[in-house]
Amino acid sequence: MKSFFSVPVTLVACALLIGAAPLRAQSKSECLACHADAGLQDASGHSVSVDEHKFGASIHGSLECVNCHAAIKGYPHPDKVTPVKCDTCHTDEAQGLAGSVHSNAAEHPCTSCHGDAHQIYPKTDPKSAVYPLNIPRTCSACHADNGMAKKHGLAPVYPSYIDSIHGFALSKEGLLVAANCQSCHGSHHILSRKDPASPTNKVNVPATCGKCHAGITENYLGGVHGKAIASGNMKAPVCSDCHTAHAIEQPTADAFRMRSTPICGSCHTDKFSTYRDTFHSQLGSLGGYVETARCWDCHGAHDVLPASDPRSPIASGNLVTTCSRCHAGANASFVKYQPHANARNRTLNPALYFIRLFMNLLLASVLTFFVIHTVLWLIRSRVDQIRRKAVEGGKNA
Amino acid sequence: MPDLAKTDAAQAVEGKPHFKERFFVRFTRAQRSMHAVLFSTFLGLAATGLPMRFSQSYWARKFASGVGGFGTIIFFHKLCALVLTVAFLIHVKEIFQRGLLNREKGIFWGSTSMVGNWKDVKDLLGHLRWMVGLGPKPQFERYAYWEKFDYWAVFWGMVVIGFSGYAMWFAPFFAHFLPGWALNAVLVIHSEEGLLAILFIFSIHFVNTHLRPDSFPMDMVIFTGVESEEEFRTKRPQEYERMVREGKLEKRLGEKPAVWLVNFSRVAGFTAISIGLILLVLTLSAYFRE
Repeated sequence: MKSFFSVPVTLVACALLIGAAPLRAQSKSECLACHADAGLQDASGHSVSVDEHKFGASIHGSLECVNCHAAIKGYPHPDKVTPVKCDTCHTDEAQGLAGSVHSNAAEHPCTSCHGDAHQIYPKTDPKSAVYPLNIPRTCSACHADNGMAKKHGLAPVYPSYIDSIHGFALSKEGLLVAANCQSCHGSHHILSRKDPASPTNKVNVPATCGKCHAGITENYLGGVHGKAIASGNMKAPVCSDCHTAHAIEQPTADAFRMRSTPICGSCHTDKFSTYRDTFHSQLGSLGGYVETARCWDCHGAHDVLPASDPRSPIASGNLVTTCSRCHAGANASFVKYQPHANARNRTLNPALYFIRLFMNLLLASVLTFFVIHTVLWLIRSRVDQIRRKAVEGGKNA
Repeated sequence: MPDLAKTDAAQAVEGKPHFKERFFVRFTRAQRSMHAVLFSTFLGLAATGLPMRFSQSYWARKFASGVGGFGTIIFFHKLCALVLTVAFLIHVKEIFQRGLLNREKGIFWGSTSMVGNWKDVKDLLGHLRWMVGLGPKPQFERYAYWEKFDYWAVFWGMVVIGFSGYAMWFAPFFAHFLPGWALNAVLVIHSEEGLLAILFIFSIHFVNTHLRPDSFPMDMVIFTGVESEEEFRTKRPQEYERMVREGKLEKRLGEKPAVWLVNFSRVAGFTAISIGLILLVLTLSAYFRE
């Protein structure tokens, strides 16, 4: 927004500077006498033609050529001219860019994002390369599986983004409010996520997502994960740890439900392993039946609270309600079921431990006895059969 | 075992004395049907139960996605369970009717009963002695001790697995009279007992009854209902002698099974055994990788 307010101011400033110049500034029409020629090229074969109408419609259309091409003082001008410096006017943007990941001007000239220098439009104009709906495609010039991203060893994030729920909202639904690259990363002052000042730094992610998802972020900050992050425990998950950064899916979709428990399980390994022993997991892992309870169906997703908190869905007073969401008719006895019972732990679940032990002993003893019995029997029968065959030439051999 | 499909003429060519081989009835049509229902539903339950028990294994997930996911698997698991439950209830009703109402002899005790007795203990010990060459082969009656074990293992298995299965299926209902921890226990019991049943049937029962040299490759009597006189005499000499002594042998005479029945039985039997052996391999591989 800053650039819009500063344009008239800088124009006046530029006009003053030009007025004070000792040499007469050339008018656009004088330059276009040559540069309107669509085939005009410089010595190295680059096009140096300018479409007067397109330039006139662009945001810089009211400027004179020499306002930007300030090195040119008269005609004829030298073959080689110094490159245009956008920061003469756009000082704030230039300052932001200077400390960012895109600070190398040779690799990242302004035109790499804003497009043809003579056809730059305001970002509210659908023709602009930085119009919200065009930003992902603009960034993809480098951040798909090609170009700069590859050179710098960065992940090709564009394909993940464009298939995500944000990408879908933007490219298929055409929503201006859909998060595009700069919604999270900023525009000129893009910082590595390792930089504590970056909006994509782990500690800042909840606030960044909260710019749109305000309600969810409020829930999250009240839950155990949000509190842990706020207290400096960086092991706790932020939005992107569960939802990913770019490949964000519709969380209620089957695919995400199927993948979700291992995400929680990657930190809560003990709970994950006991969950896997239960029917909830055995059903859930096989696919085609996604209704079975996943972590957050019982624990909540964003406002996860410990069982000791009476607001928690797994607080003892709320269990009947929570279980009844799937198990109609669940009563106080039903909710004594332990969804994380560990039959291998004698102190935690003694009854289950001894039942499992008994079943295992039964299984082992029956099978051991009968395997020995059967093997001996097989050997003896075969020996007998061969003997009989030798005597009778019998048919049972 | 004798090749039932062979004609008398063919046997004559092989140098056998040309007499008409006699066949005796061992199982009634109802008993054979019960076995057919039992093994088909058991295979169905095993094939759908194992992917649930080993839901983390590769083949379980492939199988599940191949048949349409967990929904299909649990549907067929429950369907087989219902059919087997009905068969089990019919069997219990029959025991009740024959043994208690009609006071039929030989149901709860005696030579033809399924209930174990002192002779079974002696037979087991004698059989083991014979296996290691320390004694003569025991003379078995109508049901040998391992056959009785098979029967009671299945009987107990159906009660335990059935009850624990229904407790999971109708958990909120069962919670009215079961404590909460029992809902955890039923899964452990169901899966361990199911695993035992699968391992036992697909290894011990298959070998003891069908794959051992005396019956190899399959004991057809459970499919055709009849066995040859030679088989009867050598496998169950005590019953044969009792029949002769009591003059009942002729009453047991049956027809030589038709070729189509023999062929049909072979196809059905070998299919069942093959499915069972494949499931056994998958079970063992998943169990030891766990």
